[in-house]
Amino acid sequence: MIMRAPASDLPLLFEGVAVVAGAVTILDDLSLTIGAGAPTVLIGPNGSGKTTLLRAAMGLIPPTSGRVTWGGREHALPDRSAIMFQRPVMLRRSAAGNVRYALAVAGVPRLERRTRANELIATVGLKGLERRPARRLSGGEQQRLSLARALARDPAVLFLDEPTASLDPAATKAIEDLVRAISGRGVKVVMSTHDLGQARRLAGEVVLLHRGRLVEAAPAADFFAHPRTEEGRRFIAGELLV
Amino acid sequence: MTGDASALQLVLNGDPALYAIVKLSLLMSLSALLFATLIAVPCGAFLALVRFHGREAVIVILNAMMGVPPVVIGLAIFLLLSHSGPLGAWGLLFTPQAMVIAQTVMVTPIIAALARQTIEDLWMEYREELAAMSVGPSRRIITLIWDARFSLVTALLAGFGRAASEVGAIIIVGGNIEGFTRTMTTAIALETSKGDLPLAIGLGMILISIVILINALAWGARRLGERYAG
Repeated sequence: MIMRAPASDLPLLFEGVAVVAGAVTILDDLSLTIGAGAPTVLIGPNGSGKTTLLRAAMGLIPPTSGRVTWGGREHALPDRSAIMFQRPVMLRRSAAGNVRYALAVAGVPRLERRTRANELIATVGLKGLERRPARRLSGGEQQRLSLARALARDPAVLFLDEPTASLDPAATKAIEDLVRAISGRGVKVVMSTHDLGQARRLAGEVVLLHRGRLVEAAPAADFFAHPRTEEGRRFIAGELLV
Repeated sequence: MTGDASALQLVLNGDPALYAIVKLSLLMSLSALLFATLIAVPCGAFLALVRFHGREAVIVILNAMMGVPPVVIGLAIFLLLSHSGPLGAWGLLFTPQAMVIAQTVMVTPIIAALARQTIEDLWMEYREELAAMSVGPSRRIITLIWDARFSLVTALLAGFGRAASEVGAIIIVGGNIEGFTRTMTTAIALETSKGDLPLAIGLGMILISIVILINALAWGARRLGERYAG
């Protein structure tokens, strides 16, 4: 099981980060501090830059300008960050094979991999499906397997991009329970969602993005009770932000 | 009709000369396939993953090489291996080794081009996940080749098909010497022109059977693999 002290790779700091692709500004002069603690939930309409923010944090997209730092370190991307994509890609291996692969990449000795993989698969509630080809699993099972694969890296920070988009309520609950458990063990969770109810259920801190700009970042209780911005108020009221 | 019957007799009676030819053909095609695979799959993976100046040109040439007539390849290998050629000292002209070299040269582009496509498609799919797991370049290549292995079987089959069916190149560099470099295809060409149709037909039937059998085995292996790995 994963048990760690508050992550030393935090705070994760965005300083004036912009990501521009061609003529499109995806993230616009965004500054944000993500510290240890309960999950940070990114909300905002489609195309608001949530996914790009997660990718930039993970180091998968270099910022066009500005910088991203981890615990004050300029370039040191932590090995122990992991991301679960909105549509995770399953390797053409068994469920356990997928997790063992992630363990191998993370440098876990061969002899420990089988046991660890089975533990992780049990953690995400897929016990019994170890030998099933990963690509034959259902959408919800694939999301959970992807989570097991991310946890195989023993991350201090775990990024989740719309982890429950297109899942039914039961599968959504399973993922949310896991996120809570993972967060409870001291792993910093940063996730995006456009499900406001999910943000209410999971967030310690809310970050509202709109058109690539940071609109509002606040503790979840404050945000939902007294949004400081007009966009925040409208988003909570369920109006369409376009 | 009588031609067919005696062809069948030759096959069923296990004519030793005929089976020596079959054995040499298989050994040669499979050796060429093995060497070509060892060269072509890593090259295909490299082309799939690494962006360098002139990459597109290399891919176009590789694809074009799939269509080069075997006799032209045969001629090129002949010139290389002939007495006055640069590799003449090896003394390989008119040996089975020369035929393996010619077939390897012929089959490598086919496997490399198909492997490049297969691996590149898988790479597009895997790219972000592997980047997120910070998988290094060499492990990346191994992962993609391993995970694409069942799809790569198709590329190997295409390569084997060309090696087994080809006659133009090996007749030039092998010389079609009886009991030494005579293969199924060269024998069919010769026997047909001599008018010995039963032997040619018998060899033709065996050749077709072998190709079908190997395809069936590869198909089965692929299905089995897919069931296990998805």
